[in-house]
Amino acid sequence: MFFTYLRRELRRRRKAALVVASGLALGIALVIVVSSVSSGMEKAQGKVLQSLYGLGTDMTVTKAAQAQSATGERPRFQFDARGSDSDEEQSSDRVMVQGFQTLASSTVTKVGAQKGVSDAVGGLSLQVVKVSGQFRRGEFQQDQQQGGGNQQGGGPGGGQQSPQGRVEGGGADFDVNSYSVYGTDVTEPDLGPLTSSKITSGRTFKTSETNAKVVVADSSYAKEKKLALGDTVTVKGVKYEVIGIATPDSGDAAANLYIPLKQAQTLSDSKDKVTTIYVKASDSQQIDTVKSTIGKNISGTTVTTSADLADTVSGSLSTASDLASNVGRWLSVAVLVAAFLVAGLLTSSAVSRRVREFGTLKALGWKSGRVTRQVVGEAVVNGLVGGVLGIALGLGGAYAVTAVSPTLQAELGSTGGGLGGPGGGAGPGGGGMGGPARQTASKALDVALTAPVALDTIAIAVGLAVAGGLVAGAFGGWRAARLRPADALRRVE
Amino acid sequence: MYELRGTTKQYRRGKKTVDALAGIDLTIADGDRLVIQGPTGGGKSTLLQMLGGLDRPTSGSVELDGTDLAGLSESRLTKVRSENIGFVFQSFNLIPTLTAQENVETALVPLKVKARERRERAAAALESVGLAERLGHLPAELSGGQQQRVAIARALVKQPKVLLADEPTGNLDESMRDEIMDVLDTMWKEHGLTFVMVTHDSSIAGKAPRVATLRKGRITVKENVNS
Repeated sequence: MFFTYLRRELRRRRKAALVVASGLALGIALVIVVSSVSSGMEKAQGKVLQSLYGLGTDMTVTKAAQAQSATGERPRFQFDARGSDSDEEQSSDRVMVQGFQTLASSTVTKVGAQKGVSDAVGGLSLQVVKVSGQFRRGEFQQDQQQGGGNQQGGGPGGGQQSPQGRVEGGGADFDVNSYSVYGTDVTEPDLGPLTSSKITSGRTFKTSETNAKVVVADSSYAKEKKLALGDTVTVKGVKYEVIGIATPDSGDAAANLYIPLKQAQTLSDSKDKVTTIYVKASDSQQIDTVKSTIGKNISGTTVTTSADLADTVSGSLSTASDLASNVGRWLSVAVLVAAFLVAGLLTSSAVSRRVREFGTLKALGWKSGRVTRQVVGEAVVNGLVGGVLGIALGLGGAYAVTAVSPTLQAELGSTGGGLGGPGGGAGPGGGGMGGPARQTASKALDVALTAPVALDTIAIAVGLAVAGGLVAGAFGGWRAARLRPADALRRVE
Repeated sequence: MYELRGTTKQYRRGKKTVDALAGIDLTIADGDRLVIQGPTGGGKSTLLQMLGGLDRPTSGSVELDGTDLAGLSESRLTKVRSENIGFVFQSFNLIPTLTAQENVETALVPLKVKARERRERAAAALESVGLAERLGHLPAELSGGQQQRVAIARALVKQPKVLLADEPTGNLDESMRDEIMDVLDTMWKEHGLTFVMVTHDSSIAGKAPRVATLRKGRITVKENVNS
């Protein structure tokens, strides 16, 4: 009888039922779209963070860089003014530790021994600036009235009569090439900067190549410099053989070139030093605890977790993420509350229209509970219909977002240092150039937004549908339960 | 058997108190047939609701077989209604979305009768009021007389001790009225019911063995020697 009565009533009041179900459907669809877009945002942020960290890294330990003096450790490039006929190309490269102050390699062991740390490896981030080019002598142009042809310039020659004229041309033509090199711990291939990339050509380091002269090149850099497997890259006079090409999973790579850690330490005169320690926690739920343990036990270090890095993400990804988490969430809540209220009021009003019906049933001996169950049952079925519609609508919305895949830009306020642009051309006669002015580099990445719908979200949607039905049923059921049969029958007389 | 002693019912209408029943003393024996008459607002329907346990008196008692209905809890009162009292209303009060058979079944739902038995008993009840061919019809597909027959079947399907009818022919034309009265008379005789009916119709009242008249909440009962 319960289901027969319920089915017939819903069919009779299908328009009102559709209004209630549509309101709930709209709220539920919004919840699904907002939560799936939020989840897409998190995924996008995860991708962005992964491009910095690599897979498996839960946090990094660094030593914050100190402010450098204007002349302090800036690299200087010394070029000689060669003999008068020399136009030989000269080059010089400087290898500098990038971004952070270095930590002793022993710190890696110390971090690895902390409670909750599963693994820790060190990496050394370097910046190489190569300046190469040549000087060109100027030419002396003698005035025509004075007679005589061109004469090579230089210092004033001897003679009784000084030639009148001017020096034309000359100067210097230097090319500045700056690139990043990352010294990686080849004995720990599962942790460190290279994990954010896939080897798309060649191979990665063997664990035995701790001090080998081999290099893995980032695919973009390799393309730019036309590097292929087996080619040689020279860094500060040391030749490295390209053994692999790495393509980052998303965004930018951690460095242009990756070499074994020991080689990086030798190149930068940073024996037993690292700039970054990559840490994997034993339990991903205990990251904050591990962070505070490391911060407490190893003084002078900065521990950065994925969550900390996520806070530095800005750009349209961040804006969209904020929109989804704030405006989207509140909009969903508002629509849901409105839908619940409308459903409740419509159900309550339906009970008012059925006063005689319920009064008669009570007169026949139906208990209030049975009448209330009937009302709540109808409202819950309404809610479930709304839930099904809402899930379909929400899945459609999430699918549309994924199909369109709007591109969001994420800007990461990097904690690493970067090089300033060249200070200017070098003048004749040698000279220097501005060193690496420390600045906060930012990394901009384009990430396609998707809206994955998790099973949890569907479960929440079903829960909301039932809740909406129960709220509506509670409104109507409360009225039906309070109905006294004599009053109900009297009111329609 | 009903025993009403000093039964009053007062309603508040704004700041005024209205005496719907102003001290009723009445005995209705088992198998009795009582017709209640009186002007509109005289307290007829209120008295019927007291007898049916749909409302409680302000003071006094309404005893059914020795149990004071006024003192019962809501759930006990509901049980008494579901087992012992059948109602027939002026406007039939059928559930519009349920068929004739399902409407009759609603009276058996509180008695926890199994679905199959419910269907069988409902069909038999409808057959007894001449509606064997209309089991699957919705109320809207039946005439007024047929709808009232369904309501009578619903009232009697649970085999109650008491049948209370509030203006059962009030919404019917003359031929339908006679038809329904014949059905009710037959049922009363066949089932040995205590039958209390409120009506404005003097021709119906003229055939009843006892007629009670309610005016301003006060009752007078007359035996009808001609019935």
